[in-house]
Amino acid sequence: MDRSSHARSRRFAPAVALAAAAALTLAGCSSGSGGKKADEEGDSGASAGKANTPRMTVALVTHQAPGDTFWDIVRKGAQAAADKDNVKLVYSADPNAGNQANLVQNAIDQKVDGIAVTLAKPDALRSVLDKAEQAGIPVVGLNSGLADWKKLGLMEFFGQDESVAGEALGKRLNEDGAKNAVCVIHEQGNVGLTQRCEGVKKTFEGSIETLYVNGTDMPSVKSTITAKLKQDGDIDHLVTLGAPFAMTAVQSVDESGSKAKVATFDLNKELTGAIEKGDIEFAVDQQPYLQGYLAVDGLWLYKNNGNYSGGGEQPVLTGPAFVDKTNVKAVAEFASKGTR
Amino acid sequence: MSMAQQAEPAVSTPPAPGPKETDGRTRERPVALRLLARPEVGVFLGAVAVFVFFLIAAPTLRDGGSMATVLYQSSTIGIMALPVALLMIGGEFDLSAGVAVVTSALTAGMLSYQLTVNVWMGVVVALVASLAVGAFNGWVLVKTGLPSFLVTLATFLVLQGVNLAVTKLVTGNVATDDISDMDGFDQAKSLFASSFDVGGVEVKITVVWWLVFAALATWVLLRTKYGNWIFAVGGSQESARAVGVPVTFTKITLFMLVGFGAWFVGMHQLFSFNTVQSGEGVGQELIYIAAAVIGGCLLTGGYGSAIGPVFGAFMFGMVNQGIVFAGWNPDWFKAFLGVMLLGAVLINLYVRRAATRR
Repeated sequence: MDRSSHARSRRFAPAVALAAAAALTLAGCSSGSGGKKADEEGDSGASAGKANTPRMTVALVTHQAPGDTFWDIVRKGAQAAADKDNVKLVYSADPNAGNQANLVQNAIDQKVDGIAVTLAKPDALRSVLDKAEQAGIPVVGLNSGLADWKKLGLMEFFGQDESVAGEALGKRLNEDGAKNAVCVIHEQGNVGLTQRCEGVKKTFEGSIETLYVNGTDMPSVKSTITAKLKQDGDIDHLVTLGAPFAMTAVQSVDESGSKAKVATFDLNKELTGAIEKGDIEFAVDQQPYLQGYLAVDGLWLYKNNGNYSGGGEQPVLTGPAFVDKTNVKAVAEFASKGTR
Repeated sequence: MSMAQQAEPAVSTPPAPGPKETDGRTRERPVALRLLARPEVGVFLGAVAVFVFFLIAAPTLRDGGSMATVLYQSSTIGIMALPVALLMIGGEFDLSAGVAVVTSALTAGMLSYQLTVNVWMGVVVALVASLAVGAFNGWVLVKTGLPSFLVTLATFLVLQGVNLAVTKLVTGNVATDDISDMDGFDQAKSLFASSFDVGGVEVKITVVWWLVFAALATWVLLRTKYGNWIFAVGGSQESARAVGVPVTFTKITLFMLVGFGAWFVGMHQLFSFNTVQSGEGVGQELIYIAAAVIGGCLLTGGYGSAIGPVFGAFMFGMVNQGIVFAGWNPDWFKAFLGVMLLGAVLINLYVRRAATRR
């Protein structure tokens, strides 16, 4: 007895020692600044009670590429509305238009009570949206497809006109006295991104160039923007089309010794900090949380009260809203939770 | 056609005239030809051609600072292209190399932030995780005998999903939190992502690491037993095993070497950008493989060098940034890149053919 327990304790000794060592290292290595401890604060996300209407199912089908911070916010908005409205939200996404159409078909097969869909490539979704209509499922659009939602027979639309947002940004550049700007596109061939740059071009009175960067490789984004700034010393404004790229552009400006200022589309929590510090001039926010929220809520309202936002005739615009030094404080609070 | 076959002496060579009676098999070939037959010479000439071309086409590139930008871009590709090249010489390749970089960065970023520990803890755990992914790739490959295309394609997909799902699960967002104000960050940044001044030009530390790793890889490949094993398993696995080369060990460690590279580049990304988006890295594996192939490594294994991929990565960075420096219409960007690369590979191929023909 005695010997066996001794043997067992000896066998366990290394494991215990290892665990203890690991615990000690963890404790000893704890960071005195930053980290989760410093950021820990109240619960995330808005909450507005809960409806007692019958349970319904809504499918949200987007063209999100995996791991994009923007779409994560859309989904959070949709989820918040779903929680409030006693809705079961089924989320799916695929950047490939054909696959996205299949996902819509999948939702029809599941006999959901409503579908919210993005129309990044409207033609590819035409036939499957007809099927949804035949099946009597109400469909609303969000984010992209402002020009096509009515033609495709959608009930409502929630989003921002990318060209209008671009035009607004162009005007703002004029006010800031910009002369030479560069519009940085992080995904070659993306219609929405191209429309933004075209919009800027329309209203901006100075000269503007397009620059393509490889959005999946940040070091390459950084060096390409740096290269552009070095090649053309007259550039005074950089326009990026996504928050993470704006943060990288700031580093490029630093490194190239250029005096260019950075403005961007879309927000995230790092970006609000950068606006507060003055590293970034302003961001054009299309409020993705609102798009997701309104799309689900719109379907709920239709089912339970027969309402149409925009009367079924006009889109509901969620942007462009400018976030700059004057109002960033109010926005930062929500952005830090990842919802704005 | 494999180089090994071409390098075989022609049996029908008539006896060389001269004082000594030989059948030509031991005849020394001219130094220039022997040099040209090295795997890295073709890509070297290609790189020089591209370099000169852009020096003429893009005047701003002649500035030292611009050159530093090109070298920086090359180094982030090049550090990964080295282990990828060694693996390729060993007869395998790794499709998961691109997302593995992001996996490593995510691991370190999230672990440090979530547990609020010194970032070095995250760095070390990420290294272990990266080596484990490599070991897993190698182990499955050796155990099952499946082609590396299948094994690493599976890992590629798994990592892509895990990167996204775990990040979302842990942080509630699809990007990691900012760790730039945490203990140890500045030290780690100075190791992985700092820059230093050379005659008024800011040079990134990754450029130094890239060259150090290249020198190390060259030494291993040409001067050590392990280097011989790499060539042997890539040339013919069965023959290698027959003469006592530890095939299993060599393959698994080669995959782990790729894991090490992914860790290093991942740490660079984490410490230079403070946060990481979980969807990045997809598609980068092809660029690493391209740099290795342009650098003279055969897709079929058994042939190549460590210095070739250095020029391969440089050429990629040069073309990539050169187009921007030249101020060309960016709509054509990808097309320019493709044409340039194909041209460079053709020069490479031509030189090798010309050098080995007798």
